[in-house]
This record gives sequence, structure tokens and C-alpha cells, in this order.
Amino acid sequence: MNSELLKSLKDAAFEIRCRTIREIASFGSGHIGGSMSIVELLSYLYFHEMDVDPSDPGKADRDRLVVSKGHSGPAVYAALSLKGFFPESWLSTLNQGGTRLPSHCDMTKTPGIDFTGGSLGQGLSAAIGIALGQRLRKMEARTFAIIGDGEAQEGQVYEAAEAAGAWGVDNLFAFLDQNGQQLDGYTSDIIPSVSTVERWRSFGWDVYEISGHDYAQIEDAIEKAKAVKGKPHMIVMNTIKSYGYIPGEGVKANHSMAITKEGAKEAIEALREREGR
Amino acid sequence: MKDAHVYSHYKEAVIGSIVDLAAEHDDVVFLDADLSSCIGSTTFQKAYPERFFNCGIAEANMAGIAAGLSSMGFVPFIHSFGCFASRRAYDQLFISVGYTHQRVIIIGSDPGIVAQYNGGTHMPFEDIALMRQIPGLSIVEPSDAQSLYSLTRQVYESGASAYIRTPRKGICFRYSPEDEIVLGKGVELADGKDVAIVATGVLMVDAALSARDILLKKGIDATVIDLHTIRPLDTELIEKAARRCGCMLVMENGRYPGGTGEMIAAHLARTVPVRMDFMNVGERFGEVGNLQYLAQSFGFTAEAAAEKAESVAR
Repeated sequence: MNSELLKSLKDAAFEIRCRTIREIASFGSGHIGGSMSIVELLSYLYFHEMDVDPSDPGKADRDRLVVSKGHSGPAVYAALSLKGFFPESWLSTLNQGGTRLPSHCDMTKTPGIDFTGGSLGQGLSAAIGIALGQRLRKMEARTFAIIGDGEAQEGQVYEAAEAAGAWGVDNLFAFLDQNGQQLDGYTSDIIPSVSTVERWRSFGWDVYEISGHDYAQIEDAIEKAKAVKGKPHMIVMNTIKSYGYIPGEGVKANHSMAITKEGAKEAIEALREREGR
Repeated sequence: MKDAHVYSHYKEAVIGSIVDLAAEHDDVVFLDADLSSCIGSTTFQKAYPERFFNCGIAEANMAGIAAGLSSMGFVPFIHSFGCFASRRAYDQLFISVGYTHQRVIIIGSDPGIVAQYNGGTHMPFEDIALMRQIPGLSIVEPSDAQSLYSLTRQVYESGASAYIRTPRKGICFRYSPEDEIVLGKGVELADGKDVAIVATGVLMVDAALSARDILLKKGIDATVIDLHTIRPLDTELIEKAARRCGCMLVMENGRYPGGTGEMIAAHLARTVPVRMDFMNVGERFGEVGNLQYLAQSFGFTAEAAAEKAESVAR
């Protein structure tokens, strides 16, 4: 990855993180953990990879993203606002009555949201349908999907895995946010997320395992995946839940956290300092 | 409307209708859950292989894929036995289809005791109640092959999601291609003044008409309504029948809570309160047997219907 691109992506990620922290603080609490763990991926997809147009969010032949772990909504909204889908001021309406930014991604409410997430386990199936639809319409467009490792305890995920593998849906690029934590604690203490690479490979997917916070690895995996035809693609991303919201890093109960406005300022300053900005 | 007499089974009429739609509309796609040979969607597959997806025994995934296809502008028809098409994939139909404002047309085959030899595990008694909880979704249960063909076309043309409840095997014709069958409008098959019998589906409309014959011999003149569209409810027709007869029997091959009878009772309680009785499966689970045995066992006979109708009329 060239240094110019890397810098612009890192800048975007920093801004998405700052906006996400302020957004959640504006409400007082929210799903910070699973929002922060996918920020590198969101910035890569929206600012480098995906063909989307903020001035025409409904463009038929656009690339589409299904954030099946819909509780990552705050980070997705931060990314969409930075991309220009709607004004940054919307972020302070998170979860308020009448908002267009509900806690979980909702395609009927938010410009740029391609499918609704939140009832965990459902998004990958919808992503298959979208990818098949792109094929039927003979579009070059691709479908991206993000699922969580806690979410992947839902059985429907493997119904979807089996079907996409069997049908060779190669315009589907899925990412597993393997942050090792879920609402009640560590996945290893609840239902361990084991052998995920082997698991997805056995379903006939083209699989990679990377650090989800390393742009070079994200780029490498996506570029390699694009060259593989006849299989859906799964990029298993090892991530840190709450990465970049430092007060939540390494905290067991970081799925949803209370954040005050003062706390948000301090967290952003701490992140700025850690990143040397 | 095309003459559905070209078909030999209900399943051919519903699939034939969808194949005809697919010829006219390139947005029609079909998804099945390993019951393709049971409903005959193999016919669709042969005609439009690129628009057919056999999702295997994974109804939840099928519903989700259909929702994704809908978001791409397609109109997916999906099929399984009614119990699996509704109960098994319910959160997917509710969230991925309903909540997202996507559009999917669900075919739930073998309603109620019609599942016969597949037994209690395969009998959808609560599918109507479940589907009624999804805002905006139409529910139809045609009572013959001609109306099945016609209503399948009409739900496509309506622009809404829908649940089509239909038997697969056998066939009967109550209507001709010239008869006016309109989605959302029940058909008054007889306009007696003494008791209104509202029935849904082949089994119950047949029993209602036979019950009318029994009642006539006793000097009771019954109205019989084929309520082929359960939702949206034809309130005008229901209120008219209630006003004329002053009492009503609702017959459904399913469960009362959330079902057709309860829906009509709730409506009439607000508009035209009349004495009512209901024929349904009560608190029972399904069981195996042929249709004759099951109809006797569940009390779904013309004699039982006539008895209830006579009782509610007095």
C-alpha cells in the first residue's frame, strides 16, 4: 500500500473513531466495542474499495455493504457522514426519538445503509440475495458483508455459508470481526469461536486470516480475493473490541458502555496522543 | 383470466400462475427449500433456471436470500410447507422481509390438517396468526384452482408481500375464468338470511356449502362466504352478512387465537356485534391420518358445521 493512501485511510479512521465516540457520548451510552473494532475495514471499504456515490445512495449498480452485526451502527454512521451521505450533525441524534440513526443499522431510515442488521445471523443471507441479484442483473457490482464472531453463533450463518459456497457466489466478500468478545463476556468463556478459517474453508469459501487493524493486510486479502473466481470470500479479521476507544480496550463488559461528553473528549485526546497526531 | 382447468392439481395452478407471471415480468424469481418436486416448482426451474434457487432445507436462509433479492428489485416467490414457511422462518420474514419493507410472496402449502400423512409436525395451524403480525402482508387462502391461479397473479400485481395458503394435491373448481375474483373481496356463494357462514380454503368452503344444504332441509337459509382473502379483511362484506343474518359461524382450518375467526370477531365487536361461533382446531396439535379421518377427528364436517350454525342461529 502506498504511503499516501495509507495516510489518508488512517486519517479517515481517526476521524470515524472521533465521530463515533462523540456520537455515542451525545446519547450517553452505546455499542462502542463492536463499532470501534471494524473502523479500519469501514474506512477501507468506503474510502478506497467500494463504488458508492453519496449524492446518489440508491444507485442501482453500486457496491453494497450489509453490516449484519447491526449494533456497529454508530461507526457505520460516522463513516457515512464522513463520506458525505448526510451531515455530521445527524450523529448527535443517535437513538433519539425520530432519528434517522437508530442503534442498529436500518435501511429504511439511513441513506447509505444497504440492508438492515440487528436481529443477528440474518445479514449474510440477505447479502447472498443481493449478490445473486447483482449477478442476475449482470452487474459488475459486489456485495460486502460484516458479521461478528458472537453473531456467528447463530445457526442461520451456516445455512448461508453452505448456500453461498455451494453456489459459488464470488461477488460476495464477507468479513468476520473476530474480536473475541460478545455481550456477556469473552467468546472463549461462552461459545468459543474456534477453527473459523477451517470452518469457512470447509464450506467452500475462499478464506484469509488477517489483522483487522492493519490496512496492508486488509488490502492484500481483498486484492487476493478479487482474483479468486467461483467461491465466496471470507476474510477473518482478528480485531480488538473497542480498539481506539482506549477506556474500553481490554475491558470485559465493553459491548455497550456509558460515555460522558467529558469522557469522550478525554478518550479522543488519548487516542490522538497514542497515534501521535 | 386464463382458464385454470388446464391444471390437474392445485400445485400446478399456483406454479403455473407464477410461471406465467415470470414470462411477463423478469423480476419474478423462485426459491424453494427442498420441496420443489412436492409443489412442482421444478416447472419454474425448467422454464427459468437462472431465476430459480433451491436453498435446501434451510427456510430461514431462504427467507433472508429472498429479502436480499427483493432489495435488488426482484419479486421472490418462496415455498415450503406452511408450517416451515411460517414458523421456521418467522424472525427472518418479520425482520429481513417485513421490517425492512422488502417484498416477498410466500407459498405455504398443505394448510392445517391437509398435511394428512405427514402428520402433526407438518401441520400449520398458527400460520395465519403469525403472518397477521407482519404489517402490510396480505394473506390469501383460495378455495379452488381458478381462484388460486387468479389470486396468485393478483398478489404479484398488488405490490405487497403476501402469504398464499394452498393445498398441493387434488383439484376442484368452484369458479370459471369469467367469474370475478378480486383480491381483498370475498365471494358470497349464497345469500341466505338466517345465519352467515364465513369459510376459508377448499376444505372449509366445501363443508360450508354442504352445511348450507343440511340447514336448508331444516328451514334455515344460510349465507356462505368464501373468504379467499383473509387479509386485508373484506369488512364491507362481513358487516353486510352480519347485519342481514344477525349471527355468524367462521370456519377455518387452523387455530383460533390470531386466526380468521378471532379477526372477524374483533372487527364485528366494534362494528356490528352479532352472536358468533367458530370452527377451528381448538387447543390440539396435529396428528397423522387421511383427510377423512382428520376431518372427523377435528370436527371439520358439514354435519358439525350445520349443528354449530343452527345453534348460533337460535
